[in-house]
Amino acid sequence: MIEKNITLIEGAFKEYYFNRHDLIHVPSRPIEREFGFQKFNSGMIRHLVVRNDKELHLMLMKETPSDVYCSNGYYSFPNLPMSEKDWKGADLIFDIDAKDLPLPCRKDHTLFKCSSCNNSMIEPQSQCSKCGLTKFETISVSCKNCISASKKEVKKLMEILTTDLDIKKEEIEVYFSGNEGFHIRAKSIEYEPLGSHERADLVDYIMFNGAIPESFGIGRQGNSKISLPSIEEGGWRGRIARNLFALKARTPKMAKEIISNGYVAFQLRLEEIRKTMGVRVDPKVTMDIHRIFRLEGTINSKSGMSKILCKDLNSFEPFLEACLLGDDIIEIIANCPVQFRLKNKKFGPYNNEHISVPKYAAVYMLCKGLGNAI
Amino acid sequence: MLKLGIKDLAKYPFLTEAGEYLRNTGLNLEQLGHPDWKPIVEKAYGRIVVASSGQIYNADLETLDNDSELLSFIVAIILLKSASIATLIKRFSLAEARRAEKYLQQDLWINRDKKNLELPLKIIQDLFGVNVSIANNEFVISVQEYLRRAVHFHEKEWKLVNRRVVNGLVYLTAHETVRLIRTELGEYINSKIQSINIDSIPQSFNQRVQDLIALAKKFSDTTYFSSEYPPCVKHAIEVLERGENLPHSGRFLVATYLLSKGQSIDQISPLFKNAPDYSEKITRYQLEHISGSSGSGTKYQCPSCEKLRSENLCFAIPDCDGIINPVQFGKKRKIQ
Repeated sequence: MIEKNITLIEGAFKEYYFNRHDLIHVPSRPIEREFGFQKFNSGMIRHLVVRNDKELHLMLMKETPSDVYCSNGYYSFPNLPMSEKDWKGADLIFDIDAKDLPLPCRKDHTLFKCSSCNNSMIEPQSQCSKCGLTKFETISVSCKNCISASKKEVKKLMEILTTDLDIKKEEIEVYFSGNEGFHIRAKSIEYEPLGSHERADLVDYIMFNGAIPESFGIGRQGNSKISLPSIEEGGWRGRIARNLFALKARTPKMAKEIISNGYVAFQLRLEEIRKTMGVRVDPKVTMDIHRIFRLEGTINSKSGMSKILCKDLNSFEPFLEACLLGDDIIEIIANCPVQFRLKNKKFGPYNNEHISVPKYAAVYMLCKGLGNAI
Repeated sequence: MLKLGIKDLAKYPFLTEAGEYLRNTGLNLEQLGHPDWKPIVEKAYGRIVVASSGQIYNADLETLDNDSELLSFIVAIILLKSASIATLIKRFSLAEARRAEKYLQQDLWINRDKKNLELPLKIIQDLFGVNVSIANNEFVISVQEYLRRAVHFHEKEWKLVNRRVVNGLVYLTAHETVRLIRTELGEYINSKIQSINIDSIPQSFNQRVQDLIALAKKFSDTTYFSSEYPPCVKHAIEVLERGENLPHSGRFLVATYLLSKGQSIDQISPLFKNAPDYSEKITRYQLEHISGSSGSGTKYQCPSCEKLRSENLCFAIPDCDGIINPVQFGKKRKIQ
């Protein structure tokens, strides 16, 4: 990132980190966790210990980091190198990102930015219309539809966590990630000691990966109606039954049809069900027991918005509630060929224009690489 | 405290209570050296021989003398400890674990509705810290306890997604419940044997100790160096050796790979002895079929790396770079 953009963004971040201590807190058991941060154009600094809110606020004011992280893992010695930390356990974490959902709206708000000359284009091109080079970055701007689709995934996840896995609602925290999705953290003593392998299988359960027809009563031969799942059952069997029998009690006709269609047909049906009913989380995040995960209350440098707790998911509006930078007017050169909405205001499209916009919108475009400070 | 009878101890001779029972009888090692006890020493030796061949020592607890069942286990441990051969101890532990597994399964199943499950549940809980309870005639354990064990199994049916999971509990049959702890049971028996100290043994045991040393030698002659095998075959053989259920595709891999390396059916078939569903007749039939010496006469080839990957049987290491079939593993390396 160019220097003058960093100066502008850092100025806005600094103001936030000086004024919004009310939103920034260490998570529970801070002294057992590893903290880390990044500054613009520089590497990650990790293995830090932050004992309390006061130390955290001091660090943020002093460093003005671009991104701040904290481990989901608990350690005896969080500040030592990984091999000496003595891992004790970790919260269960989930990352739901709109970019991983196959949404038709994605193409309407995704841009292609030339990695060489920063020229932004709406349509994917084989080469940059300005400099002719062929390397592009994809950038996506705010979209309400993406957020509601992500919320649906969060709800699916919550249902599995609370019913199948018996994690209490009070133990689950849902955060807006600060960009295009949600971070979910479950602080459950029972699940805390699980290692990476166990979490990998758990995430397959949540995503409905690897299900075989036999588990739902369809073998290669000799099937009977009795072994098919029924809609009253719990877990995936019940969910599959409700899908197969469309919420009605299973009728002999329906059961007969499923059995006569055979094993392979059922396998294909399970695959279809996986795509719609499996929760689309990023499995790498959940499997990682040593991850440092974005710290709630801090700013996401991909957008300038904050990662914040969603108290009520249904009514939560990230582009209003998580857009927390100042609204004093700033001049920038914007090159943003699509329109976006923040704080209920429309911005763009801009074609290399000199514009005056509120600071949160200016920082948003600079963070996305869709504008430059003057 | 749960009162254990001699029959229970004969089924589960590795329990601490078995040692106490023996102490109460006043019998010591010296006395066991007396010729009167020779049948017990022979029984113990037989128990080890059966285990070393990958089979499970079987006893009819209804008709046999339960005291001799328990004693022969103790003497077997003394013999093994004196011979001090790790492979024999490992094989014995695994076979004894599988023997106990059978009884545990029976005890769980028979008593499931009699509320008389104290013993099997106590063993599972005390030894392995697994809390098993009963719901609607089925056995349930927590998701965490299930995952910790099931992740070591490779078959898809053990994936959590293929289980009934409700309210943080996984539903299992009696067979699945004990299958889940087989490895731990084996390790427990192994560690019990390892922890025992024996200063000297009665003279009359010496011959059988020497026989065990000879047996182990014969044994190592037929052991193949798995380090020369590609990691997929190595893994499959390890699964077989642990007595776990290697899926059909994995067994097919082992058979076709070793046949392609020029090994005979006689050399290959013992590898499958530890498989839970082992039958010598069926193994030979399958191997003959794969080798093309029976059936249609088609000689089956070792599956490709790609196929193994999709079957989750590939455990590639850097040395696998550039090969498309496990049979190329050694050859490629030599050229480099």
